[in-house]
Amino acid sequence: MSAPVTHRTAAEIGRTPLGPRPLPELGATREVPLPEVVTETLPTGLRVLAVHRPGVPLVELRLRVPFAGPSPLADAAYAAQAELLSSTLLTGTASRDRVAIDDALAAVGADLGVAVDPERLLVQGSGLAEGLPAVLEVLAEVLTGASYPEAELARERARLVERISVARAQPQTVAREALQRKRFGAHPIGLEMPTGEAVEAVSAEQVRALHGAGVVPRGSTLVLVGDIDPQAALAGVGKALGDWASAGTARELSPPPLPGPGPLELVHRPGSVQSQLRLTGPALQRDAEGYTAFQLANLVFGGYFSSRWMENIREDKGYTYGAHSGAEFVPGGAVLGVETDVASDVTAAALLETRYELGRMVAVPPTAEEISSARRYAIGSLLISLDSQGGLASTLAALDAAGLGVDWLRERPVRLEETTPEQVAEAALEYFAPERFTGVVVGDAEVVGARLRALGGVA
Amino acid sequence: MSELSLHRATLPNGLRVLVVPDPATPVVGVSVHVDVGFRSEPQGRTGFAHLFEHLMFQGSESLPKLEHFRLVQGAGGVFNGSTHQDYTDYFEVLPGAALERALFLEADRLRAPTLTEENLRNQVDVVKEEIRLNVLNRPYGGFPWILLPPVLYDTFPNAHNGYGDFSELEQATLDDAASFFDTFYAPGNALVTVHGDLGEHGVEGTLALVEKHFGDIPARPTPPRPSFAEPRPGTERREAVADAHAPLPALALGYRVPDPSTALDEYLAHALLASVLADGEAARLQRRLVHTDGLVTDVSASNGLMGGPLDARDPDTFTITAVHPGSVDPDRVLGAVDEELEKLAAEGPSAEELGRQSARWAAALHHEDDRVMYRMLGLGARELLYGRAEIAVELPERIAAVRPEQVRASAAALRDQGRAVLLVEPSTTDTEEPSQ
Repeated sequence: MSAPVTHRTAAEIGRTPLGPRPLPELGATREVPLPEVVTETLPTGLRVLAVHRPGVPLVELRLRVPFAGPSPLADAAYAAQAELLSSTLLTGTASRDRVAIDDALAAVGADLGVAVDPERLLVQGSGLAEGLPAVLEVLAEVLTGASYPEAELARERARLVERISVARAQPQTVAREALQRKRFGAHPIGLEMPTGEAVEAVSAEQVRALHGAGVVPRGSTLVLVGDIDPQAALAGVGKALGDWASAGTARELSPPPLPGPGPLELVHRPGSVQSQLRLTGPALQRDAEGYTAFQLANLVFGGYFSSRWMENIREDKGYTYGAHSGAEFVPGGAVLGVETDVASDVTAAALLETRYELGRMVAVPPTAEEISSARRYAIGSLLISLDSQGGLASTLAALDAAGLGVDWLRERPVRLEETTPEQVAEAALEYFAPERFTGVVVGDAEVVGARLRALGGVA
Repeated sequence: MSELSLHRATLPNGLRVLVVPDPATPVVGVSVHVDVGFRSEPQGRTGFAHLFEHLMFQGSESLPKLEHFRLVQGAGGVFNGSTHQDYTDYFEVLPGAALERALFLEADRLRAPTLTEENLRNQVDVVKEEIRLNVLNRPYGGFPWILLPPVLYDTFPNAHNGYGDFSELEQATLDDAASFFDTFYAPGNALVTVHGDLGEHGVEGTLALVEKHFGDIPARPTPPRPSFAEPRPGTERREAVADAHAPLPALALGYRVPDPSTALDEYLAHALLASVLADGEAARLQRRLVHTDGLVTDVSASNGLMGGPLDARDPDTFTITAVHPGSVDPDRVLGAVDEELEKLAAEGPSAEELGRQSARWAAALHHEDDRVMYRMLGLGARELLYGRAEIAVELPERIAAVRPEQVRASAAALRDQGRAVLLVEPSTTDTEEPSQ
């Protein structure tokens, strides 16, 4: 090391003649600035939300099409068709091929991506604001006339099979799939990634038929946020997407059953040097009575770095790089996820500490000081997450899908301020008691199995 | 968008200060960039720069362990730190009301961090979990940023694993930490950047606050900055590594590039070459490798080892990576890449092709600038590495000014030099516990 000949000791470095200094007070916090959202429903049933949010000369776009399958049970063939549709939506129309579509977007600095999950098809992207008409023209062209050319479909089908094999080699994917099965059983919401076999069986005809039946404006929502004039943007959407029409309505996913308590399932992944702990139980949706108390209880437990669980298993024990708990919203409800990855040799110890901290939420409810910190974090992180066009667009799109508007955001600071420690203690009792949970552990069962089972509650 | 104004100062102890107000946002960011990265860590202590970054979060004279996190988050803010080849950054982004608190927190640990044996052992464990998560327990771990440099480079600073070997992390001592801090974390070796909502403080008031909190850190000698220069390889160097978790083979190509501090426009032409090769459906390698020949599942290219340009001093690395089916011989992929590079070296991209890539670059740069965090880190990193935060502001214009001839020359430069070829080969003997 190119160190000086002498350096101070660690103890000398940590002390100054003046000693510890007083912490400066915080100044006055500005309100969360929220823009006006202009909303209109086109004759075709498409809902459009437009927001003027300057800052950078861009526009963000989110098109959400509810995209549940017809079956009340998870359907491998449907999931595979939906995935392939998503991979090939932008690969051809009567007038443009894959490269021409991308060239048209790139000319105005735009990018569009398509993703699908059991609930919805999402087309999202951004581009230079002055290029919005060009982006809407491309979007309209694929929505009304995606042709799914045979050659493109064949190539994307092969790539999709390869990508699925790569994804399934990730321990986090293995854990997610096991967790969703444990949570939702055979409900379609649990099937987030199709099998390679199901993808190989999909034909272009099936994808075209699915597009005709499912990619429809009624029930869908388009969100535009950026350096735009909302009225002009709405007019532009009406003109460009006016011909995207259909008799049917986009299909919403049915509410899944929420997970009940039960033993953790141990999933064997040979050769793992880490284990994925994934616990789950019911949670509250955003507009439910008591949601804010639940939100604060969750932050105190494991929802941010300064949480009880993180401070215990990372900063005290060194079992993990990260630990996080939080709500995932599903149709009609929400589920709580309690998730961390830990070394194989401390898997049982980490589960023990996790249960201890869950139990402590009940036995020693969050203090006024813990709640105050969580409250300020909730408000501050809202401020930060909305401080970009992309963050605002994604938040508005997610809220709209849950039937909520910008007023829900506007009320957050007040709701957080008026929630009492008693309400947070009630939420902790209701949602964090250890015996309310079920879940999965993914790891090398030969290494971690014996100790986990000896702890109990692991099947 | 309002024009950014950059305000600089240097405190008597040598600490550099950059203040960039943005009244349009309600949040403010504070970052400290320290001029030491993993290329500077000593032999026998691989991973130490990153481990030390973790130790800087473990408390300081005025703040017990855990208090730093609690005070940032309790003010409604977010924080992080990261270790790069040539620098280490620490930052928080918070509501503007917390500006002085953020300066206090950063000053306290730059002045007097609490380095203890207990915290060192705890963070060695945490870092090992980070490495298990990101490298050992997943497919393509450390690909290509850990795996490619030892093929392309010969010297320890450029070639070694910046995450570190477990055995060397475990041998790290408290005295190593004290020596590292005293050497590299001298105020004259660091930059403080403040960006965003300065509230009632304004630029002058903010500079005064920086002086108030950082001003009494005693000056220490600033370490000489070593050159990491080494000769370019004259030929192709090829190595293969086994990956027990990978279902498909992968390959990475590594090339040397011009020095961004002395040849910025040539360097940026290489960044545009990466885009012409791999960004978007119309890019050369997407069309050729993914669609026309069907050789690879995915391909990407980047001027910069860690995923983007202008993040390191010389020598920096241009990478091309691809994942491909086991039935495809990697030499077929390499042959196709070489043909596409030859075409570009002979004819260059068309003006329209380059124009589309420039437009996407402009939009992507604006996109980053829309978040206080990214803009602040970009300004700070360019100020520290090249002495010119203005580079971050000028990038859209400079990217737009790159001509097809310059991209052609970049492709020719890649063809005219040796290179590294790394092959990742799936192995099925995956039941051994690595290095534990």
